[in-house]
Amino acid sequence: MTPTQEAVERGTVDLSALDRSWAPPQGLLGWFRQVNHQNIGKRYIVTAFIFFILGGIEALLMRLQLAQPQNRLLNPDLYNQIFTTHGSTMMFLFAVPVMEGMGVYLVPMMVGTRNVAFPRLNAFGYYMYLFGGLFLYAGVFLHIGPDAGWFAYTPLSGPLYDPGKRTDFWAQMITFTEMSALVVAVELIVTIMKMRAPGMSLNRIPMFVWAMFIQSFMVMFAMPAVMACSGMLLFDRSVGTHFFNPAEGGDPMLWQHIFWFFGHPEVYIIFVPALGMISHIVETFSRRPILGYTALVLSQIATGFIGFGLWVHHMFATGLPQLGESFFTAASMMIAIPTGVQIFCWIATIWTGRPTLKIPLLYIAGFIAIFVIGGLSGVMIASVPLDLQVHDTFFIVAHFHYVLIGGAVFPLLGGIYFWFPKMTGRMMNDAVGTLSFWLTFIGFNITFFPMHILGLHGMPRRVYTYLPQTGWGDLNLLATCGAFILAIGFIVFVLNALSASQNGPAAGSNPWGSSNIEWSTPSPPPHYNFANIPVIRGREPMWTDPEPPVVTGLDDSRREVLVTNTLDAEPEHRYILPGPTIWPFLLAVTTTIGFIGTVFQMWWGVWGAALSFIPLVGWFWPRERPRPDLLESGCGSGGIE
Amino acid sequence: MKWFAGAQSVLDPAGPQAGRIHGLFEVFLWVAIIVWVLTVGAMLIAFWKKHGGERHDDTTKRVVTACGVITVAVLLALLVASAVTGSAFATVPSNNVMNIEIRGHQWWWEVHYPDYIPHERVTTANEIHIPVGRPVRFKLTSDDVIHSFWAPNLSGKLDLFPNRVNEAWFEADRPGMWRGQCAEFCGLQHANMAFWVIAEPPDKFNEWIENQRKPGVMPSTPDQAHGQEVFLNGPCVVCHTIRGTNALASVGPDLTHLASRHTIAAGTLALDRGNLAGWVTDAQRIKPGNRMPPVNVPSKDLEPLLAYLESLK
Repeated sequence: MTPTQEAVERGTVDLSALDRSWAPPQGLLGWFRQVNHQNIGKRYIVTAFIFFILGGIEALLMRLQLAQPQNRLLNPDLYNQIFTTHGSTMMFLFAVPVMEGMGVYLVPMMVGTRNVAFPRLNAFGYYMYLFGGLFLYAGVFLHIGPDAGWFAYTPLSGPLYDPGKRTDFWAQMITFTEMSALVVAVELIVTIMKMRAPGMSLNRIPMFVWAMFIQSFMVMFAMPAVMACSGMLLFDRSVGTHFFNPAEGGDPMLWQHIFWFFGHPEVYIIFVPALGMISHIVETFSRRPILGYTALVLSQIATGFIGFGLWVHHMFATGLPQLGESFFTAASMMIAIPTGVQIFCWIATIWTGRPTLKIPLLYIAGFIAIFVIGGLSGVMIASVPLDLQVHDTFFIVAHFHYVLIGGAVFPLLGGIYFWFPKMTGRMMNDAVGTLSFWLTFIGFNITFFPMHILGLHGMPRRVYTYLPQTGWGDLNLLATCGAFILAIGFIVFVLNALSASQNGPAAGSNPWGSSNIEWSTPSPPPHYNFANIPVIRGREPMWTDPEPPVVTGLDDSRREVLVTNTLDAEPEHRYILPGPTIWPFLLAVTTTIGFIGTVFQMWWGVWGAALSFIPLVGWFWPRERPRPDLLESGCGSGGIE
Repeated sequence: MKWFAGAQSVLDPAGPQAGRIHGLFEVFLWVAIIVWVLTVGAMLIAFWKKHGGERHDDTTKRVVTACGVITVAVLLALLVASAVTGSAFATVPSNNVMNIEIRGHQWWWEVHYPDYIPHERVTTANEIHIPVGRPVRFKLTSDDVIHSFWAPNLSGKLDLFPNRVNEAWFEADRPGMWRGQCAEFCGLQHANMAFWVIAEPPDKFNEWIENQRKPGVMPSTPDQAHGQEVFLNGPCVVCHTIRGTNALASVGPDLTHLASRHTIAAGTLALDRGNLAGWVTDAQRIKPGNRMPPVNVPSKDLEPLLAYLESLK
């Protein structure tokens, strides 16, 4: 008997009614009306991986250009566009959105509800992200890609030294993608605080949910900063303000402070969700409850706070006062403590468990081996004097790829391998998975380890070429070879996923024997996630409580969910979520018209807002009348059987 | 000229500033190696040790806590080491300091020696001569965008901002030539914005600076005289200075003692006639996007012009 059937027998659910209420709309138009978190989450993930491939192609082009000194494959202008687009793509269009996508897909399922709190906002966020990415790449393919670096330091990115529309495209892309990140943050925070299954008190929240919760708060504080500064840059460039113009009393340092106030937390916004995934993988394949749950949660919270106190370590070479810089050295070293504690907890979990080295856990082993190098080089560059030598060299390029690929992409690939059966109902191929892991692991280290040495031998970042006499040629050639091995590793992973999604063996609801409730529902899950919302009575419900009591009393004939309180997840009331609608898509279109228009003429901000009024009216048009029977019963009677 | 083999390296310090950082680096590096080996070793043991039997989570938690405490202690020690080095690094010696002003341009370095009387003020480009054993204080500013001044064998880097002056210092403790390069992305030719630091014994340095204080040499052959005429009547004077002549513009590098330098095009090409000819006629091919326009010099004028430029010792 499948878990669903069991649940149905224990509950009183009308499956066909549930199916009707939650079915996604069909057809081409239906695609644009979709608001289910599973679909939107998958779209985020797929779109992000397409941008990952584009960013990867750019990386390979750069590696080819640098493979030998004085190479003429790319001219400096093209090289500058490519490295700027590579950085911007990986940060804004891949790393953050893919983590958001995993969050959008997994969080409602992991907390035991049927959708995110604001499904229409969720769809709107996805379209904004998509349009922002398309907008940037429209510029790239028209040969007006941004060329001032993903950090776009003024005055180089200002109107005087970067005429044309290149940087405007980049700055407006930020507005798009950060808006999308913000709406995901809002809906995840509310979903996690108010829509957890009954009994999932704070101390039973799954680690990945904690991670997305903390990450969402970081997004709320970090993204407005970058939207503000990219907006100020747009004003400087288009209407002649002087925020960053030193000749008129503006200050380029202002840009750096605001940008890095976002830019450093950004790294943790990418990294914290990965930490959450690691805990689930480690727990599952160590076949024991995670050791140090409280320590892990507190460490992630600490990371979230300290992450906002480090930004000046990107600016040690700007000549700030020494005392101020020492504070940021201390903070930068301090963040190694929570990260260290988490790694110790995971190793201890494996040590005391009965580990089976399945592919997801292999990726975590790769993560530890790589990420610890990145963390330790991070401790080095937290020190002001050391940073003054290696800042803006290939040492830094090596460092942050160790941190970001090691710290986020390896756990992400492990996480995708891990949740792939849940998402698709099929298993990825283990032999191909092993191959892709080793290609990725070896290729990664061949690519990026030599860059430490190159940096110490004086090779600065962001150079389109170098002289043969520098002696940097050999290690650069090695790095280029490694980059191709790494790329093949990623390609094998993607092919494995594509082929498994069609022909992989059926997974069953809980193929890894995992502990959390998303594994209690069939794979792939029905549109409503759970036939019956389970009641949570432990931290590892699938291990300790495989047949939990279920929630009854939700109306199956419409999109009803249960709202619970924040601390103890006690039921508060039922809540009706909106169904499929075209308005989020149309609002994204009108907003996009306004955003793209302002790049050329500021009045488009006004026209865009006016135009957006129409879809907003449609969006907020009251459509569902309260049913009299519910009014009588007080509309607050969702209960537990 | 010794081009490379450690001429632009953090790992081969040639003065006290870079030496301090190098010492600190070795401490951090060893700590990092030990921590990595222990962590990854523990992970590997965790995978391959014999599992089973009774679990003692309390003991394990104590071990994890101990590891956390050790982490804090190690980080504190590194923090102190870093602060001590940082403090020594930032303290400018008070005696016998020589001043040099650097002005960054897209994509070259303007170098001034302000310690001499104003009308004999020494201005050069992309080549910094310093006396061995004497601390040099640099005043750094930029003409346009942000650049970063970095000669890794001598010291860490410091940014150059428009409308602001940053101060750094270093000292060479032995004679030699080291290369430096702009470290802050500054546009199309960021990659080719290099300079050389040449440390010489004091008497040799004085000889050099005495020569630099003089105006540009007058042509001594008819060929060179013709070349000077070409220079002064051509577009060159719009951007360049040769002291002692009517060429007094300051958009491009000062060429008064061009031929005394080792390189042209901001450390990109060795100074010889072929490179000079290539640069004068089509600088855009060598450094695409740089500010030197292609100059259309008739072939009969080119050789004299080059002869004149090469005479500017």
